[in-house]
Amino acid sequence: MSDLTDLLIKLIPVFPLLAVLANGLVGSRYSHEVAHRLAWGSVGLSFLCTVGVFAEILRTGKAREVVAYQWIFGGDLTINLAYLVDPLTCAMLLVVTGVGLLIHVYSVGYMHGEAGFTRFFTYMNLFMVAMLLLVMGNNYVVLFIGWEGVGLCSYLLIGYYYDKVSAAKAATKAFVVNRIGDAGFLLAIFLIFVNFKTLDYTKVFAQMGQLTPEMATAIALCLLVGAIGKSAQLPLYTWLPDAMEGPTPVSALIHAATMVTAGVYMIVRNHAIFDLSPIAMTIVGLIGGCTALFAATIGLVQTDIKRVLAYSTVSQLGYMFLGAGIGAYTAAIFHLMTHAFFKALLFLSAGSVIHALSGEQDIRKMGGLAAKIPWTHKLFVIGTVAIAGIPPLAGFWSKDEIMAHAFTHQHYLLYGMAAIGALLTSFYMFRLTYLTFYGQSRMDHHTQAHVHESPMVMVGPLIALGVLSLFGGVLGFPPEHGWLHQFLAPVVGPGSEHDPSTGMVLTLMMAATGIALLGWGLAHYLYSVSPGSPERWANRFSAVHRILLNKYYVDELYDLMFVEPTKRLGEFLDWFDRTVIDGLVRGIGQLAEWGSAGSTWVEKYVIYGGLNVIGYGNHLAAREGRKLQSGMVHHYAAMIVAGLFLLALVVQLVIQM
Amino acid sequence: MIPLSAYVAVSGVLFLTGLLGVLIRRNFIIVLMAVEIMLNAANINLVAFSYYLESMAGQLVALFIIAIAAGEAAVGLAIIIVVFRGKISTNVDEMNLLKW
Repeated sequence: MSDLTDLLIKLIPVFPLLAVLANGLVGSRYSHEVAHRLAWGSVGLSFLCTVGVFAEILRTGKAREVVAYQWIFGGDLTINLAYLVDPLTCAMLLVVTGVGLLIHVYSVGYMHGEAGFTRFFTYMNLFMVAMLLLVMGNNYVVLFIGWEGVGLCSYLLIGYYYDKVSAAKAATKAFVVNRIGDAGFLLAIFLIFVNFKTLDYTKVFAQMGQLTPEMATAIALCLLVGAIGKSAQLPLYTWLPDAMEGPTPVSALIHAATMVTAGVYMIVRNHAIFDLSPIAMTIVGLIGGCTALFAATIGLVQTDIKRVLAYSTVSQLGYMFLGAGIGAYTAAIFHLMTHAFFKALLFLSAGSVIHALSGEQDIRKMGGLAAKIPWTHKLFVIGTVAIAGIPPLAGFWSKDEIMAHAFTHQHYLLYGMAAIGALLTSFYMFRLTYLTFYGQSRMDHHTQAHVHESPMVMVGPLIALGVLSLFGGVLGFPPEHGWLHQFLAPVVGPGSEHDPSTGMVLTLMMAATGIALLGWGLAHYLYSVSPGSPERWANRFSAVHRILLNKYYVDELYDLMFVEPTKRLGEFLDWFDRTVIDGLVRGIGQLAEWGSAGSTWVEKYVIYGGLNVIGYGNHLAAREGRKLQSGMVHHYAAMIVAGLFLLALVVQLVIQM
Repeated sequence: MIPLSAYVAVSGVLFLTGLLGVLIRRNFIIVLMAVEIMLNAANINLVAFSYYLESMAGQLVALFIIAIAAGEAAVGLAIIIVVFRGKISTNVDEMNLLKW
């Protein structure tokens, strides 16, 4: 049984890899039908393997380490392509392969007829491989490979419509911003190796006692920089909204459900290091809280359906960081899972809306779609209610748990941020729903005529995600003592030592529900009851509205602070290169030319001349010398005799001396 | 008692005879015979000095030389036969295939 489990673990990333090879190398030789079947079929097989492994882990309750390939060994260093499957990995694997499978199936309908259909699925599968390595690796190098792999796929898929300038720019931006985070992550890996002489999780965590608090803080902060880049937290969040240039399934899979949560996974995985450093924990929590609030405010006024969801993702990731920062690791992972369900649902529903409207993404040009695309409408509403935090849907339980943990552990500032963020979340999500599905239609006639419900291949995954969003909260019910908490306890340690009273828990739940309902009420009033009022409010606070609409001018600020100086530095270096370096090179080239002319002369007349003299001398000597070889026996005999006399003469002389 | 100088003189005359034969004669068989004469000149020398110095080593070496001379004659005659079959001649001057 255990051998079978090991085999299943090894097989999980293999299926998508095979699909990548097939679709990537020979995908153009067969039809789109075959390509997409390979793509989602391989992910489905991975999902089945994951379920098998999950059942085994659930039964034994023990983590498994499997070495798939001995990779680098020598001296102190041993790095294997090895997998560690413990409850945390299992949870991530189920999300990655499960949600991944649904999104792949959805993509078959969504990407139908697109140019580069096979390329799309190749990249998606490559992403799955990298993401699986990321969550399964048993050491930092495999984690890093996955980390960079998902970054690459993110780049490739954001730039999927590479002939669109904005997409190409967004892809570059995502890639460059992520590099900043990756540099921090790499430094953290170096520090870990210097301190522990190993990069395996289990060995590192076993030696955790010998780490000084200062070093723990340094490592934790470097890891945090990596997590901030990948999970789009302040101040490196700017790439994620731009990443919406990619196709919608990409936004759902990579930029909502899986890749961007890698930072959270990494922090939870390394919680032993973070636990040693209260400073780093505080910073994680503050960054999470600030991001949750900051991104939510921007989300209030955005008009692109996907961008609202993108800022919402940034904000929700902030909640996960907040949870990790206050030590509520299980809650962070719980929110990661429920977020994967409802945010994938929202993104895919949004994709379905965009599909129905022939590519329109501006919510000012939507409205009144509820009756025309009923399935999408119902599922989008489920997603909205889930993310807004209205019980009993999934989002309520996970978000409330983070907030309750903050409150009961006296992080009142963070609780306040999270509470206001929750209010804003509820407001902008219901705003989005009202503007998209209710009220008067603001579409032009041409679009209106073409509105249609998406095909079953798209609605099916939506329904599955809808069910998960509805009932996903069961995993963590009751709060702090749910199934997920017991499952993850071996990895993240037992929950809080002092249980808050039931009354406190219920009060906090009521408060959270109240906040969510208040947001809904506000949105209902502004966008349904009195549709003219948002404009009046915007005019009254025009300065604030403009700042929010322009996303606090952060992009412009970064352009001014980093991008423009870098460009100018580049131009200067270009000039320097052209004049000084090239001048030097050309000067040296000229010198070399003269030198080579001189050496050519020397070679031609001195060296070749000398060689010719020697060669001709030899030739002459040989021409004369060979006459000795006459072929006459008598001549030889005479020479022998002459030699004999000569020898006798020499001997005679030697004796006389 | 014949003096040692007489033996050495005879030996020298014989050796010169052989040497001249090798250098002058054209017939392969004669050349071979001249070589045998030179060997025998050396033998006389060896035996004479052996007697004079009262050491048996010289006579032993002489015996070896006789054996070698026999072998040499056999090999030489075999070569002559092979060459004669090829060239219908025993003239050493015509055997110049290895010259430059």
